[in-house]
Amino acid sequence: MAKISGAEIFIESLKKENVEVLFGYPGGAVIPIYDKLYDAPFKNVLTRHEQGAIHAADGYARSTGKVGVCISTSGPGATNLVTGLATAYMDSVPMVAFSGQVSSSLLGKDAFQEADVRGITMPITKHNYLVTDVKDLARIIKEAFYIASSGRPGPVLIDLPVDITKELAEFEYPESIDLPGYNPEYNIDKDKLSEAAELINSSKKAVIFAGGGAISSGAGNVLEAFAKKSRIPVITSLMGLGAFPEDNELSLGMPGMHGCRSANYALTESDLIIAVGVRFDDRVTGKLDTFAPNAKVIHIDIDPAEISKNVDALIPLIGDAKEVLEGLSPLIKESKKEAWITQICEWKTNNPYKYDDDSNEIKPQYVIEELNRLTDGKAVIVTEVGQNQMWAAQYYNYSVPRNFLSSGGLGTMGYGLPAALGAQLGRKDDVVIDISGDGSFQMNVQELATIKNYNLPVKIIILNNSSLGMVRQWQELFFEKRYSSTILENPDFVKLAEAYGIYAARIEDAKELSKALEDALNHDGPVLMDIKVAQEENVFPMVPAGKGIQEMIGG
Amino acid sequence: MKHKHILSVTVANHPGVLTRISGLLSRRNFNIDSLNVGETDNPDYSRMTIELSADDRTLEQVKKQLDKLIEVIEIIELDKSNIVDRDLALIRVDCPKENRSEIIQIVDTFRAKVVDLSKDSIMIEATGTEYKIEGLIEILKEFGIRDIVRTGIVALNRGQVTD
Ligand SMILES: Cc1ncc(C[n+]2csc(CCOP(=O)(O)OP(=O)(O)O)c2C)c(N)n1
Repeated sequence: MAKISGAEIFIESLKKENVEVLFGYPGGAVIPIYDKLYDAPFKNVLTRHEQGAIHAADGYARSTGKVGVCISTSGPGATNLVTGLATAYMDSVPMVAFSGQVSSSLLGKDAFQEADVRGITMPITKHNYLVTDVKDLARIIKEAFYIASSGRPGPVLIDLPVDITKELAEFEYPESIDLPGYNPEYNIDKDKLSEAAELINSSKKAVIFAGGGAISSGAGNVLEAFAKKSRIPVITSLMGLGAFPEDNELSLGMPGMHGCRSANYALTESDLIIAVGVRFDDRVTGKLDTFAPNAKVIHIDIDPAEISKNVDALIPLIGDAKEVLEGLSPLIKESKKEAWITQICEWKTNNPYKYDDDSNEIKPQYVIEELNRLTDGKAVIVTEVGQNQMWAAQYYNYSVPRNFLSSGGLGTMGYGLPAALGAQLGRKDDVVIDISGDGSFQMNVQELATIKNYNLPVKIIILNNSSLGMVRQWQELFFEKRYSSTILENPDFVKLAEAYGIYAARIEDAKELSKALEDALNHDGPVLMDIKVAQEENVFPMVPAGKGIQEMIGG
Repeated sequence: MKHKHILSVTVANHPGVLTRISGLLSRRNFNIDSLNVGETDNPDYSRMTIELSADDRTLEQVKKQLDKLIEVIEIIELDKSNIVDRDLALIRVDCPKENRSEIIQIVDTFRAKVVDLSKDSIMIEATGTEYKIEGLIEILKEFGIRDIVRTGIVALNRGQVTD
């Protein structure tokens, strides 16, 4: 068999994995790879920052369910991937990231652009590799894609010394995987299933609490059928938005710190929580001792380490969320839980998300409502972090999975813009909207160039409150309005976008908003809307830090 | 309630595995009392003996988190009542001539060994359960201990009793 170089093995392996698009940024340690990318049969997207590349790969992965792929050079290129890896790791996003590395012979010698990337990324990857022999490369790539996408998904990093990309080896892509320490498939425990069913059938006030795991396992339809049959209302975590259609009468929306009152009341009053691929994050549970005091917990998760990590589970059901629900469904009796449903509906009716719309200023909540109306709730919504993120979660109606992309676990400002460009590449025919704050937008603003270069019709909506709104909100409520470092003096975003060649407009009058948004959505090509919104608007309701989720204020 | 636990962890014999495991334990705030690594009969695998103090809930988390590491093949929690466990210590003690015979007597009582002797000090090698080693150290303290190095526990399950 003819021998090919490590760089060619890289390309051939990615072809075998059916990679459609690679996001990256070149540099010394990856020049041999970039040389082969020059005429590779898949798309090679040059971002303007490695953080942009990795968030773009993340957005692509979240919006399509496929593995996101990115590459950086060694040293500073690789350390620029760190935030993106941590973001993907916290939200269980399937991703394979390649970092160039200095030549094997220089490893550990503080060589130019050397960083111990394997060491740095160990705690923020599902697994990582340092390639030491070109003969291992194909196998490692195969394993990386498998690990990233199976079980609980997550990012895998491959650190690739430059000499290895030049060395020659025979290319043979392994057929099978031999990882004795990794078994992501679980046989669902039949006894536990019956126990769970019995508990569900005898419960009076059960709720389903679905999260990111429900989305990554593709449990959507099964979950809907399960909820319908059992007449159990469904709460979706921030990461689970879209796992269950919000217009369904059984939908309770999002719980937690900025969730809706009805979801928090339901959790607090429930006698049974059926948790589906959620990890009971502290932003959801609030003070743990008072969280759902009367509820027994059935916890469905593919990661055994999530069971009883934060909230004790009476019945763990380890396995793929979709498969577990499929197993559980036939055991469920169609039962009448109408008293509970009536209660839930009452909570819902009495406690919708609400805001005062009496000022002349544009309310950010109104912007999201309008976007929801104009897109019929069908757009892919990507958010930054802060108030914009919470309003996007609250005021847009999610009805299908993979349409809400947001850095939930790490809360990474600067995620939205690059993630939106990645999502647009994966979902060419869908409307992709980046809902941004003026602060977050500036964290990866350079990606406007990428959006322009590839003419990606991303709609960028800046909810411009000239402040780091979420932090300012805390300062207002808990630090006597001492606005330390949270009021921003911003550049002219319209001119900025125009400098990048992107169509942009500013909206300051609420009356003009609808029309302007409609125009933006109809514009074929990227658009930036700088929307001046009320500066002191707060996200409500809110569970103050350290309080129980039933103790919400505002809203 | 915290108890001492001993985990016997079979891992792939790759570079970096020790960092992966110790890093995971420390960043999740699990306290290690001792950790020991050596090859097994199969050169592809090493065995780590990890001793830690934890309550039951934390222990469950430790085991599950370790199990998630791709390079961890198997985790067994050793049942203290059914294992052979050993700790090895080298102890250098002040030992002017006049104390020599007394110290050697103590060494004999503990079935330890003298492995080095100089004008004013003596080095003792002791193997046994942690408990025994600690007993010996306690007694030697009054002579003045200069240095101690201990391996930490290594342990294996006892053979099955067949009926
Ligand atoms: C990288 C990063 N740095 C800091 C923070 C802390 N932080 C959370 S929200 C927020 C304010 C965000 O401001 P902006 O993007 O303008 O959004 P707004 O809250 O005003 O909608 C900050 C600074 C963060 N989440 N991420």
